[in-house]
Amino acid sequence: MLDLINVSYDTQIPNNVGLSQDKKVLKALEKWHPGYIDWWNKLIPQNFQESLVYLRTAVSVDPKGWAKFDYVKMPEYRWGVLLAPQVEERVIPCGEHAGQPAWQEVPGEYRNLLKRLIVIQGDTEPASVEQQRLLALTAPSLYDMRNLFQVNVEEGRHLWAMVYLLHKYFGRDGREEADDLLRRQSGSEEAPRMLGAFNEETPDWLSFFMFTYFTDRDGKMQLESLAQSGFDPLSRTCRFMLTEEAHHMFVGETGVGRIVQKTCEVMKENGIEDPFDVGKIRDLGVIDLPTVQKKLNLHYTLSLDLFGQEVSTNAANAFNAGIKGRYMENRLTDDHRLQQDTYTVWDLEDGKAVQKEVPALTAINMRLRDDYTKDAAGGVGRWNKIIEKFGIDFELKLPHEAFNRKIGVFADKLFDPDGKVVSGADYDKGLPEWLPTHADGDFIQSLMKPCYEPGQYARWIAPPKVGIDNKPGDFEYVKLHMA
Amino acid sequence: MSQRIDFQTDPTRYRHWRVEYDGEVANLYMDVDEKGGLFPGYELKLNSYDLGVDIELADIVQRMRFEHPEVKVVVMQSGKDKVFCAGANIRMLGGASHAHKVNFCKFTNETRNTFEAAEADSGQKYIAAVKGSCAGGGYELALACNHIILTNDSTSSVALPEVPLLAVLPGTGGLTRVTDKRKVRRDLADVFCSVEEGVRGQRAVDWKLVDEIAPNSKFDEVVQERARKFAAASAKPSGLKGIVLEPISRSFGEDGSVIYSLVEVAVDRDAGRATITVKGPDEDAPADMDALQSQGSQAWILRLARELDDAILHLRLNERELGLIVFQTQGDPVRVLAHEKLLLDNSGNWLANEILQYWKRVLKRIDMTSRSLVALVEHGSCYAGVLAELLWAVDRSYMMLEEFEGDNRPLASITLSDGNFGTYPMGNDLSRLETRFWGDLDAVETLKEHVGRPLEAEDAEELGLVTYAYDDIDWEDEVRIFLEERASFSPDAMTGMEANLRFAGPETMETRIFGRLTAWQNWIFQRPNAVGPEGALQRYGTGLRGEYNMERV
Ligand SMILES: [Fe+2]
Ligand SMILES: [Fe+2]
Repeated sequence: MLDLINVSYDTQIPNNVGLSQDKKVLKALEKWHPGYIDWWNKLIPQNFQESLVYLRTAVSVDPKGWAKFDYVKMPEYRWGVLLAPQVEERVIPCGEHAGQPAWQEVPGEYRNLLKRLIVIQGDTEPASVEQQRLLALTAPSLYDMRNLFQVNVEEGRHLWAMVYLLHKYFGRDGREEADDLLRRQSGSEEAPRMLGAFNEETPDWLSFFMFTYFTDRDGKMQLESLAQSGFDPLSRTCRFMLTEEAHHMFVGETGVGRIVQKTCEVMKENGIEDPFDVGKIRDLGVIDLPTVQKKLNLHYTLSLDLFGQEVSTNAANAFNAGIKGRYMENRLTDDHRLQQDTYTVWDLEDGKAVQKEVPALTAINMRLRDDYTKDAAGGVGRWNKIIEKFGIDFELKLPHEAFNRKIGVFADKLFDPDGKVVSGADYDKGLPEWLPTHADGDFIQSLMKPCYEPGQYARWIAPPKVGIDNKPGDFEYVKLHMA
Repeated sequence: MSQRIDFQTDPTRYRHWRVEYDGEVANLYMDVDEKGGLFPGYELKLNSYDLGVDIELADIVQRMRFEHPEVKVVVMQSGKDKVFCAGANIRMLGGASHAHKVNFCKFTNETRNTFEAAEADSGQKYIAAVKGSCAGGGYELALACNHIILTNDSTSSVALPEVPLLAVLPGTGGLTRVTDKRKVRRDLADVFCSVEEGVRGQRAVDWKLVDEIAPNSKFDEVVQERARKFAAASAKPSGLKGIVLEPISRSFGEDGSVIYSLVEVAVDRDAGRATITVKGPDEDAPADMDALQSQGSQAWILRLARELDDAILHLRLNERELGLIVFQTQGDPVRVLAHEKLLLDNSGNWLANEILQYWKRVLKRIDMTSRSLVALVEHGSCYAGVLAELLWAVDRSYMMLEEFEGDNRPLASITLSDGNFGTYPMGNDLSRLETRFWGDLDAVETLKEHVGRPLEAEDAEELGLVTYAYDDIDWEDEVRIFLEERASFSPDAMTGMEANLRFAGPETMETRIFGRLTAWQNWIFQRPNAVGPEGALQRYGTGLRGEYNMERV
């Protein structure tokens, strides 16, 4: 009998979808596999490929005990195809087909729409690995390096998850799209990744933490909405991916938190009260809080752009078709069709940001973005708790959504982080206070020195409270291969 | 009257395009101003266009020919990131009246035909350099270019998503050019036109949807290199100096009349009729091409074409209730012939060629005008050579026979020129005379013997050059009765009947676009599946799908 909870290792590709009995898809995936391995091998510097990394590998999709930890060389990681268990009698949760049985096969009329959503999601997964490929060279500890690699291999697995859907449900077109997912490269001139934010390099570890906190959270929201899909295989895939995604955001939140913690500690130790005494703080080799705020401003606003236009036809179509729901769709109590409802979005009127009611269907993106903002505010609050504990007068804040936008009604308009319209001169003047400058980048870069001793941490970041898999402080998370 | 749509513009007023002239290559950038829509209620996002955007394009194409004859290759490209052109603005279409949609499509079709023909007519080759998404009307822009280069970034595609997305057709020549021009196999074309996302990369080449793909990192280089290569291979002479197209002189009267320097449009609203009176030249033809070149856009024969063109467009878009257009001419036919002859004798000269080609387009524009057209050949008229073409563009013509009491103007006559035998072909690629005497080549041959001789009414009627010739006794009544009768018929039936009768003979890509494709599109534009409250076009953007009546008609 098919075991759909535990992962079967009887094919080259671990899975809980009965791949060994699905010869056609198995063959297609096996054909895709070498290209993937090739991609991975060319990506991350060789000595890390040969290092043993203490990673978790999914062995089951049972929420209790789904992973096991062990040392593994990354290229030998068992990337697999894992779907959350099927929910009995699941129905399409939203849109014009709400209440009908969920689709187990792709409905013809939505094939292209579905494929596009899967391709866009799939494109972001390997992109972030590409963006982060050189970070291990400057890892502040083996613990952080391990976390980086854990995020990387899981993003790799997410790519697998999308590629499986493409192979299984979208025929020849799907196979071609799967190949193109390996052809596009982050930042490539030849074939860049589809979304702008995924073509920027992640230059340092503060950026990495901010990225995992803010941008992976966008990923989480997208997955949450795809987990509500009426196309059941997509829903099940995304539900399992969310289990992994939680760790990525944990890495981001705790990473920023540990930086904040360290800065505060050092300030206190040295009797610095003023968080804006940037020179003095930096001289002590830690990152000043205003710089953390600037990085936050940058990553948060880049992530907002990922949600697209305030009013979006594509999002409306996807919702109404029932192939993409809202965040926690099943907990919402409206009619799940939204044909008569409205939703409040930001708009620009006479150069000012105003709120406006628009048909709820067309505002699906904005609703998800608002949920995102709420979700993202939680960690910011916890970072502020740390600062508060040290009695330092400083508060990290999410900037207004009009600030620093490249997409939507506020694109390229001059707003300050509080959402106030400012003149060109004031904008130029304020910018060095609002967004990281090149000089800030130089300073952060100067701190990026690897720290590869077990149990040791770079001076600008505090150790974690607890280890991964409850390992002790001096645990060797990565056994570095030093060629 | 609602806001008048003006077809006159100039480079200082462009909002949506810019041109960078680089010797023999011109780089033409589409960079549509979102807020620059012709009407309120929509934003021109993603390089989508409305009539206003197309009016600028038409102006650019026209000036490219007259003001920049040194240009051999025009590279049409996007001034925006990630999108070539998203096609006609859908919210604009959704909100527009049927009549506006139809006229909009007609004008855009004419503009596409014009730059498509620029290579054959004037040695100006258009390259579409496609980066980013190129969908619907965007791909139709590219299709009308002579060469399409698509970037191979594994994202950029060409697409005709109208059918799956909007339940309408790619009606600006899309369906026709895919098969007739690019020779895409019909089943592949069927696939192509059914998938929203289109086709990209090598497959686009394999299916003949584009001519070549270029690596993304080298895209601009490849495009510019290709442009220089085409320019070098061009047979067009180098170093030509253009003329300036100065603003036309035009004023509007309270009653809707329009007065140009050589054209007058009089309006009789109760009769549903506009009368266009064309004035012949007051002066002798320029002595030679140098003289013509120095007259530039003031030269009679060019000035008249521009004014007539504008008058027709004005009537089409702004005076839709005037169902009947009456043409009249007044002037010296000998001079008309002389002005035309200078061009015909020097057709190898770039400017002579451009003016003749322009007349071809203006006359086609008249052929294509969905109004009842009639020409009155009165005493003192100058239907000679190029102006005689008006007689065979219209649906009917009436000529004054013999002397009229109290009318001392020269007797009405018609004079043929060599130009009437192929210089101004119609969309079916035949001359108006060949079309008129379709299947009777002897009749056309016989007419050649009459070139240069004024033909009075009896002969003209005999030779079939006019519908009726009436003398002083009958003229007024017959003409009045005809005009009244014509104005009383159903405008729809008239449009349909006239369009069918005007284009005898073989099909060309052009007649297929204006006839077949446009007719189907206009039918669909009336059907609830597209434009009803639950239709796909109306619902576009709401997230709701169109609800279709599944009955096949
Ligand atoms: Fe992911
Ligand atoms: Fe992630």
